[in-house]
Amino acid sequence: MKNRLAVVVFLSLFSAVSWASSGGVALEHMEPNLADKASLQKGAKTYLNYCFGCHSTKYARYERIADDLQIPHELFMENLVFSDAKIGELMDIAMPAKSAKAWFGATPPDLTLVTRLRGVDWLYSYLKGFYQDESRPWGVNNKIFPDVGMPHVLHELQGIQVKDCGDTHGETEHEPCNNLKLIEGSGTLSAEEYDQVAFDLVNFLHYMGDPSREYRESLGVKVLIFIFIFFIFAWFLNREFWRDIH
Amino acid sequence: MSKMTDLLGWVDARLPVVKAYETHMSKYYAPKNFNFWYFFGVIAMVVLANQILTGIWLTMSYEPSADGAFASVEYIMRDVEWGWLLRYMHSTGASAFFVVIYLHMFRGLLYGSYQKPRELIWIFGMAIYLILMAEGFFGYLLPWGNMSFWGAQVIVSLAGAIPVVGEDLALWVRGDFLISGITLNRFFALHVVALPIVLIALVVLHLLALHEVGSNNPDGVDIKKHKDKDGIPLDGVAFHPFYTVHDLVGIAVFLFVFCIVVFYFPEMGGYFIEHANFEPANGLKTPEHIAPVWYYTPFYAMLRAIPDKFGGLVVMGGAIAIMFVLPWLDRSPVKSIRYKGWMSKGFIAAFAISFVILGVLGAIPATDGRTVIAQICTFVYFAFFMLMPFYSKAEKTKPVPERVTG
Repeated sequence: MKNRLAVVVFLSLFSAVSWASSGGVALEHMEPNLADKASLQKGAKTYLNYCFGCHSTKYARYERIADDLQIPHELFMENLVFSDAKIGELMDIAMPAKSAKAWFGATPPDLTLVTRLRGVDWLYSYLKGFYQDESRPWGVNNKIFPDVGMPHVLHELQGIQVKDCGDTHGETEHEPCNNLKLIEGSGTLSAEEYDQVAFDLVNFLHYMGDPSREYRESLGVKVLIFIFIFFIFAWFLNREFWRDIH
Repeated sequence: MSKMTDLLGWVDARLPVVKAYETHMSKYYAPKNFNFWYFFGVIAMVVLANQILTGIWLTMSYEPSADGAFASVEYIMRDVEWGWLLRYMHSTGASAFFVVIYLHMFRGLLYGSYQKPRELIWIFGMAIYLILMAEGFFGYLLPWGNMSFWGAQVIVSLAGAIPVVGEDLALWVRGDFLISGITLNRFFALHVVALPIVLIALVVLHLLALHEVGSNNPDGVDIKKHKDKDGIPLDGVAFHPFYTVHDLVGIAVFLFVFCIVVFYFPEMGGYFIEHANFEPANGLKTPEHIAPVWYYTPFYAMLRAIPDKFGGLVVMGGAIAIMFVLPWLDRSPVKSIRYKGWMSKGFIAAFAISFVILGVLGAIPATDGRTVIAQICTFVYFAFFMLMPFYSKAEKTKPVPERVTG
């Protein structure tokens, strides 16, 4: 009982931290583009290679993604699915939630709806917000999500960022230093290339949050045109009936 | 005679279908001077039909259990053919219902549609509003998102503020010590079976009572005072076809706006579907800011404006209860705001502004300054009703025309 209480207290402390949104740090804006299928495909590749080991997307199915992103099923299964999953299956992961909690301090959340929960700007800024911090278990911290339990999985691509606030060293509790500087040559990609990787990944997860969105928006125009034409007929019908009244 | 006419005759000899059609459609004479405000009754019917139909189809794929509810909503959004459309029509319809009902109620306030002999219509309407708020509340738990959970947790725990029986009452409502799968299942039963039955029955009563005494109009004059030799009101037109074709225009405009939201802004920036509801219910993780859906926020702001929890509950309940007795608070000799005095006009404007401000305040976190504003607005809200017997009687009214204008 005592242990259980301790767990509850611990978790509520953790949740208080995790809900501190962006900790007052300004988010970087990104405008998703669902029409850019190449970007979505690259995002899916990054997601399945780097994120999907620990994060599930268990409300979505492989097949829907392959179809929506115009990737042939065979190609998709050969290059992007690394388990013996069948294409019609939900995208769950093999890592048990309990062990994950022991390893990371918190179970890595399912990412199907992450962009709808936190917004694309948050996620984009988060992916670019990792910096070196030896006091953390994985050696990295995040300026958008302070004391996050996740390692910087994309560090080999981006390289290492460090806090850089010039000579002032003016970091106080009220004014934390949020300037990050990339150590040149520490990653395999240039800063612009990494930005593109982050963009594609967020773009893909934006698609993932509401996969019918693109179709919905294209259908919406037709529905509105139909209603408008109906309105014209209704308006003339009404005028005809009311002509002699008043 | 054709076969169809024969069939109609056969049925009509056994069930008064022709008489019902004439009473409610072809020989129901409505004032010819209805304006913009008179569209919202029929639009509310359209939304009700939308909610019932989309609701039935959502129920076919929804799973009312703590383990399966959240995933089943995503299953509807992803795997069910047109499931996303059903879900967004239903979630947008819930908000649209309140937009339409608030405008419909305000129309009643403007033109004194609650006054004698329409007291019962108003009371049935208020009961519909009350049931609708319960429908919205129970329905909001069903997606089993984190805001569903915490919203329900906050609202049900309000019952705990009632002296003596409060805690037991909250326990009885939840069926558990906190919101759980048991609560979810009973809310589901109430949302899809019990309350819709009551709602439909009340709508029938609302319309029967309306058609018994006839519709009011923007001038608040009785069209039955002036009839032609056949007994048809001179200022009335048959509901069908005149108002059916007229309402079609309003319905088309409404559907246009409704579809813009459904197809392009289904979350409405977090007001129709709150962002925190995109993660499953989690009793250990409180959302940063718990706000009820926008249509409850005026009353939520009143609740928070009162420092004492039980006092807040009483004020919130009183704010809704006082609307029920409105027909007996208005002592004005005239119905419509057009012919009432400046005090009535001032009070109704102040009331409307206060209600909107309370709605905004209830949606954002409280601060000391905002609490003071909420207290002032709550005071204005109650003053509008409680002072009505005095100002509506004391003020000088304008002469009401014999016949409708325009």
